[in-house]
Amino acid sequence: MVDTTQMGTPPRKTSLTHSSAQVARRKRKDVVLQGFGIAAILIAFSVLFILVASLVRTGYTAFVQTHVTLEVFVDPGEISEEGLPRGGFRDVLTAALLENLPEADPDEDARAVRNILSNGAQFDLRDRVVADPSLIGQTITLTAPVSDPFDQLNKGGVNRETPEDQRRVNNQEVAWFDTLAEAGLISTPFNIGLFTHADSRFPELAGLKGAIVGSFWALLTCFVISFPIGIGAAIYLEEFAPRNRMSDFIEVNINNLAAVPSVVFGLLALAVFLNWFGLPRSAPFVGGMTLALMTMPTIIIATRAALKAVPPSIREAALGVGASKQQVVFGHVLPLAMPGILTGTIIGLAQALGETAPLLLIGMNAFITSAASSPFDASTALPTQIFIWADSPERGFVSRTSAAILVLLGFLVTMNAIAIYLRNKFERRW
Amino acid sequence: MNDMRLTERNMTDQKIKMQARGVDVFYGDTQAIKTVDVDIQDKTVTAFIGPSGCGKSTFLRCLNRMNDTIDVCRVTGDIRLDEEDIYDPRVDPVQLRAKVGMVFQKPNPFPKSIYDNVAYGPRIHGLATNKAELDEIVEKSLRRAAIWDEAKDRLDQPGTGLSGGQQQRLCIARAVATNPEVLLMDEPCSALDPIATAQVEELIDELRERFSVVIVTHSMQQAARVSQKTAFFHLGELVEFGETSQIFTNPQDTRTESYITGRIG
Ligand SMILES: Nc1ncnc2c1ncn2[C@@H]1O[C@H](COP(=O)(O)OP(=O)(O)OP(=O)(O)O)[C@@H](O)[C@H]1O
Ligand SMILES: [Mg+2]
Repeated sequence: MVDTTQMGTPPRKTSLTHSSAQVARRKRKDVVLQGFGIAAILIAFSVLFILVASLVRTGYTAFVQTHVTLEVFVDPGEISEEGLPRGGFRDVLTAALLENLPEADPDEDARAVRNILSNGAQFDLRDRVVADPSLIGQTITLTAPVSDPFDQLNKGGVNRETPEDQRRVNNQEVAWFDTLAEAGLISTPFNIGLFTHADSRFPELAGLKGAIVGSFWALLTCFVISFPIGIGAAIYLEEFAPRNRMSDFIEVNINNLAAVPSVVFGLLALAVFLNWFGLPRSAPFVGGMTLALMTMPTIIIATRAALKAVPPSIREAALGVGASKQQVVFGHVLPLAMPGILTGTIIGLAQALGETAPLLLIGMNAFITSAASSPFDASTALPTQIFIWADSPERGFVSRTSAAILVLLGFLVTMNAIAIYLRNKFERRW
Repeated sequence: MNDMRLTERNMTDQKIKMQARGVDVFYGDTQAIKTVDVDIQDKTVTAFIGPSGCGKSTFLRCLNRMNDTIDVCRVTGDIRLDEEDIYDPRVDPVQLRAKVGMVFQKPNPFPKSIYDNVAYGPRIHGLATNKAELDEIVEKSLRRAAIWDEAKDRLDQPGTGLSGGQQQRLCIARAVATNPEVLLMDEPCSALDPIATAQVEELIDELRERFSVVIVTHSMQQAARVSQKTAFFHLGELVEFGETSQIFTNPQDTRTESYITGRIG
């Protein structure tokens, strides 16, 4: 009941246009808080910008590759049909180079001239001739990568002003290269090999195919294992498990599991999968199982959150028309939670894609020059390939390391973009 | 209050559809319902009224065992549907809820098409053997819920796209589609405007010809308009239960009188 109005103190007179001291103080606090927020965002963005910019600066040269185009006479004297796949492919190529370098001595300089070409050029030629032996005796046009020192020379990685004895290419080699360039034989196309070649000792031949394929198999294994198990566990815990000490205990430990450093999972995998079960070393399948151990808690947590977010009114509606618990969960709750589950899964997989430590421990940092054709073949993965290349001294690997990081970041950004897209597309308002 | 209708309404004594005896409900240690005895007659609208928090919803949810889904909730006592104990361990709550349908306070259509909303119950209970039969059930239910005209051209559109009042009628259609014997409604009109409310009330009156309806309401006028029996709850107790006309014109308990004249609650 409201009594008569209280007339004790007269109402304070305030003006709307003049802010009192208290209001001014409050306003100042707002401004300061906003300032901190903006500063934090600026710092975060500039760090990100510096990271990407430095990667692009060192990595962009790896996305193109210097090639030389030669008219090659497939000399029947060197290469015979019966001898295939053996033959003097290297000598044939050297001869073709010498043809274009009149100043070089065919006898004395043959070795040095040969080194202009990548070691892989002879195999390119061999593959072509093996595929079509009728080429023997003909003159064919071959575009082949040059070796790393000349690639660097072309891309500006070698300073011509530095004294000759401190340079990786001597004056004579520079002159030869310039001759080839003047003849219009040097080209710098997009480096397809970066994506179609596996690893190699020669930086100009090394590519990411093996790593990408390895990461693909590992992620596929990880998904196939962690998605059903993670969702199953989450559904059971969230919808069916009785709430008691046991389920609390499990819940706490799932959260703990999500916080375990990945190297520990690697050690576990080494001990259990490799030493105990005797699974193959370096195999993406084992890598995927290891990553699944880490992804599973993420998926369980994301799934439970998504299931919890489904409004209880939907469950009541379904129960109210006589749906069984299982019909409610699988017919109504799970479909509504799916976008959230998928988002969580993709983010979990993106984490797994960048995970390095556990893969190092199970030997996925081996030097492997062919892409895995099954998840059980030895392979590298993107992050371990970066690790290997970062350890290699050649200049060509420095830019390739940055390029590989950019490729990895590209995959991660794509996956996160898909997750955000899914979340927005299926976002529901109740 | 429509006293004309109230007084001229004559009670044909229907057989008892649901019977509650000595029902206690506990949430953990707190008792929400204290020894309640109620008879729900067939083909009758029974209204539950009472101040907020007195246990109307709790008791209503005992009648189709919706309280089973709340972990801390414990129900004791005896509730029978057609002489059968619904809390018998052999009873499957799923089958019970097919017979005792429910409409909730907030319209809660599935985020599916209007058609699928209504067809869901018949589908899971196998009430239709083919598409034509199902179509027929859907149409009949939508007609019964007085929403057929608005919905017939947009059956494949999501039920969540309807207005609040239409959604609530869709939910009623969904509940009716399983052919329940008892329909429980927990404040079905609280989210509706007066026009939609009038439509739903009219609907309840029609539904009474087929099954018994139990409705929780905060509106005394609504209780008086639609119900033949009224139960007044207070602090978890059933204070008074009788003919609606008698409760509103001649309450026996002073608490009932205070409540309907607006002095408590
Ligand atoms: N899930 C629950 N857990 C614990 N206590 C509950 C729960 N649901 C209801 N209660 C308590 O039980 C009592 C009765 O609640 P109930 O919802 O049945 O009231 P009501 O009569 O329907 O009220 P209203 O008219 O506001 O809907 C209240 O004291 C409430 O706090
Ligand atoms: Mg209620």
